[in-house]
Amino acid sequence: MPKKVRIPTPLRKLTNNEELVEVNAATIGEAIAELQRRFPGIQERLLDDTGAVRRFVNVYVNQEDIRFLQNQQTPVKDGDEISIIPAIAGG
Amino acid sequence: MKALKCRECGREYPLTATHVCEFDFGPLEVVYDYNRIKQSLIRPVIQSRPQTMWRYRELLPVAGEPTVGFQVGFTPLIKADRLARRLGVRELWVKNDTVNYPSLSFKDRVVSVALSRARELGFTTVACASTGNLANSVAANAAAAGLKAYVFIPADLEQGKVVNSLVYGAEVIGIKGHYDEVNRLCAEIAGKYGWAFVNVNMRPYYAEGSKSMGFEIIEQLGWRVPQHTVVPMASGSLLTKVQKSYQEFTKLGLAPETTYHVHGAQATGCAPISTAQKAGLDFFKPVKPNTIAKSLAIGTPADGFYALKVMKETGGAADDVTDEEVREGIRWLAECEGVFAETAGGVTVGVAKKLIVSGRIPANDSVVLCVTGNGLKTLDAVVGQVGRTREIKPSLREFEALLAHEDRVTA
Repeated sequence: MPKKVRIPTPLRKLTNNEELVEVNAATIGEAIAELQRRFPGIQERLLDDTGAVRRFVNVYVNQEDIRFLQNQQTPVKDGDEISIIPAIAGG
Repeated sequence: MKALKCRECGREYPLTATHVCEFDFGPLEVVYDYNRIKQSLIRPVIQSRPQTMWRYRELLPVAGEPTVGFQVGFTPLIKADRLARRLGVRELWVKNDTVNYPSLSFKDRVVSVALSRARELGFTTVACASTGNLANSVAANAAAAGLKAYVFIPADLEQGKVVNSLVYGAEVIGIKGHYDEVNRLCAEIAGKYGWAFVNVNMRPYYAEGSKSMGFEIIEQLGWRVPQHTVVPMASGSLLTKVQKSYQEFTKLGLAPETTYHVHGAQATGCAPISTAQKAGLDFFKPVKPNTIAKSLAIGTPADGFYALKVMKETGGAADDVTDEEVREGIRWLAECEGVFAETAGGVTVGVAKKLIVSGRIPANDSVVLCVTGNGLKTLDAVVGQVGRTREIKPSLREFEALLAHEDRVTA
């Protein structure tokens, strides 16, 4: 059973405008690697030179920020939804 | 306006409704032609214009004349001598955006820019993710401009802030979650619908509106930059834009070069930026908010990184205060200056007190407090905590008995 990844607008040029992409990874880190295999170039948009998630990128598993979980080691299970969302200003 | 530019990598983009760099998700910022602006934006020109934020319009990102909110801004800068004495500082000023027009918070500044620009770009529906004040301002300004408005707020907001959006006929959507969750949803909605989300796809324009608060402070102080400015922090955007306003006026020769410090204020129940600043870090750890200062309750502050940078560059400090200290701050500002601020104002006063007591703001210096929203909107936070009414019959005898009783108590 796959997990769904919600792709934000700025990255959809890389996913042929696909908004929802399915992956089979077991962790967030693996999911990013799998996205990179299928959509070359997407990894450097999400990760910085050290391999950490970029400062202005937020990644959520079922609406929980992975920084409150185990960052890229956060496990994902069947049916989970992963969202990638740019940080936005206050209100 | 020349272009939009990524603050991280410097890539440039056209002046459309877009807010993040496609490459690294860095925030986009408006680029101006300062050499050209310097020719026309001089003190007598500014002084000849109406007393609104639009007297600095060359430095605000609209292409033509503003069409929304042209009466916004130029709120009073109060010399707060009584509060200065209570806080123990020589010179204190309060920039009073509790009376900003039309929705009683500094958000009218950003919204008038965002909606004027949204109209220029052809939008007819506007929206926002909000902790309350922004929703009020979008609802009010959109109504006056004849635009359709959707505002998204945490479902548990103060009643005053909810009613203050509904009354203008805006579509108010309460999200069962805290602001960061509202924000996340709105980022997804903004990607899907063709609306002008003021703090999502309109953010580069929106955020620039905050500079007007700093421009006004400089002009109202007699064209000088204050030594210390204390700014409340939610996303951290206002703090960075206050510094930018000081830099721009200095660069344009409108204010003399000087050393200044920009300090940040948060509530202890949501203090990711303040915690990082005190620990000497240049990055923050997101938190889950729990504070009465709901307008500042952003656990993942989008401009937190830049706010930390500004404080570091200007030798500013950050601190945070408990809910009890927030209420005390509200009371002190009200009792000393006759200004009733919302919880964020209590945060600013409370943090200023801590910075003065600890010497991070020297007692002999001059300070401006940015007070950003009106207390009538957050009555829930202070009801029952600011004294009580004594009830008597309409009888002189009862009144005299009441006074006599008080004399005994105070004697």
